[in-house]
Amino acid sequence: MEITEPRQSAEQDIPTASAIVFDNVSIAFQERQVLDGISFHLAQGETKALFGVAGSGKSLILKLTLGLIKPDTGRIWVLGEEVTALREQDLFELRRRIGMVFQESALFDSLTVHDNVAYRLLEEGKIGAGEMGRRVRQALSFVELEHTMEMFPGELSGGMKRRVAIARAMINQPEVLLYDSPTGGLDPVTSTTIIELLVKQRDVYNSSSLLVTHRLQDAFTMASHYFDRSENQMRPLPPGSRGQIAMSFLILRDGHVIFDGPAHDLAVSRDEYIREYIS
Amino acid sequence: MELISPSEFAKEKVLSVQEYCLLAARSVASLFQRPRYLRDILVQCDFIGVGSLPIVILTGFFTGFVFALQSANSLQRFGSLSYIGEIVSLAMVRELGPVLTGLMVAGRNASGIASELGSMMVTEQIDAMRALGTDPLKKLIAPRVVATVFMLIFLTIISDLMGLIGGMVVSKVLLGLDLHQYWTIAWESLVRDDVIMGLLKPPIFGFIIATVGCFYGINSRGGTQGVGRATTQAVVAASVLILLTDAVVTRLLMLTFAGYR
Repeated sequence: MEITEPRQSAEQDIPTASAIVFDNVSIAFQERQVLDGISFHLAQGETKALFGVAGSGKSLILKLTLGLIKPDTGRIWVLGEEVTALREQDLFELRRRIGMVFQESALFDSLTVHDNVAYRLLEEGKIGAGEMGRRVRQALSFVELEHTMEMFPGELSGGMKRRVAIARAMINQPEVLLYDSPTGGLDPVTSTTIIELLVKQRDVYNSSSLLVTHRLQDAFTMASHYFDRSENQMRPLPPGSRGQIAMSFLILRDGHVIFDGPAHDLAVSRDEYIREYIS
Repeated sequence: MELISPSEFAKEKVLSVQEYCLLAARSVASLFQRPRYLRDILVQCDFIGVGSLPIVILTGFFTGFVFALQSANSLQRFGSLSYIGEIVSLAMVRELGPVLTGLMVAGRNASGIASELGSMMVTEQIDAMRALGTDPLKKLIAPRVVATVFMLIFLTIISDLMGLIGGMVVSKVLLGLDLHQYWTIAWESLVRDDVIMGLLKPPIFGFIIATVGCFYGINSRGGTQGVGRATTQAVVAASVLILLTDAVVTRLLMLTFAGYR
């Protein structure tokens, strides 16, 4: 097992520096141990990419973070709140501070794109129609889909759905964003567009995020690029500025974390499994 | 096909009953907590209540019609044909109206609720709702329970009336009885306890329809096939529970009301 960052005890990380803390979290389904004593932390403003083969529990980590599923053992803190100790009713308040992009977008198919993106604001009912319209337009223009406002999710392509899901997740500028395979099943051009949006979100709003992906190149792109606001596009980091972006990688294998560290450490890892994984 | 041990099977069933009871109890408790989704309740009232009107009107009318036809034969033998209004009235108000309306609405709405929530479940829309800070119990389940309980009372009243009209058509057109006599006997034969018995059942049946539909919907697993299975199970379970509850409630009400003892 290769954990390159010296990990402190989870208790010490809470609640100041870390956005998310997993402390010895385990969960089993039908006698199959999916996660077995997982511990990691995500610092404020950091992006952590989660890797692992299908069924290794990557998406499960996101659902555990949101409290959608409770672990069998272990403790989880998000934004200083202990998710594992909160009741479902009390979790709703915390979830409003977190945005999640689901693997299959999970847009409400009976609502228009506008209502999907505005869903959080409509539920909170704190702002008027004018302000809401402005915020929805702003979020949709962020993902360059303003023209789809009155369309239904069924009329959108897979890539457009993901972008709407990103707009929905970021409408109230959450402190933490969870992306579940945002580029899964998409063509390379659309995938790059999505990754550019993630980089834009990270650099413009400075949010912390967990990114589940099968595409290593997506995470490396995020680690090696920044968003240039003046030109409104993603650009490679200038030479010599490697490591300036708070980006780390976490690899799961057989329910355990076998790597948790920055891109450079991953690239020079001698672990056979990791070398095979990144090759 | 995988075989499971009888004890595992029994445990699964007991667990399902426990989960259903919890969901039913929470749906009631959520009515007393904020936020309340009045707009969703009205939308569901329209869908479940107004949407079920045609089927309830037809069922009520033809039930009364056929019941009058069948009863006429026996009544004629005893020379009591003029009492057909009483027979139709008591049968519709006490029993046939509530039960058949319940079964019709179960067929239409328990399946509709289960398939809608089931589809939302398998496409992660319910998880997305929770992730966006909304409680599906308050947003999806409570409005359906309130709407079904409330609307089933009115649907039953309409069904009772349509049954009486069906009986009236048979009495007048086929049996040549006097209309005034039919309505007078039908009206005067009803006592307060009959009406109470007939109107206590619909809220119970409505609660069963909505909670069973929601329970199977949110427990859907296994993609579209799972949604189809949940829909079928919801209709079967709701129908059986309605008939079972009807037997128990009827007996209890008969013991309660002095007139039936």
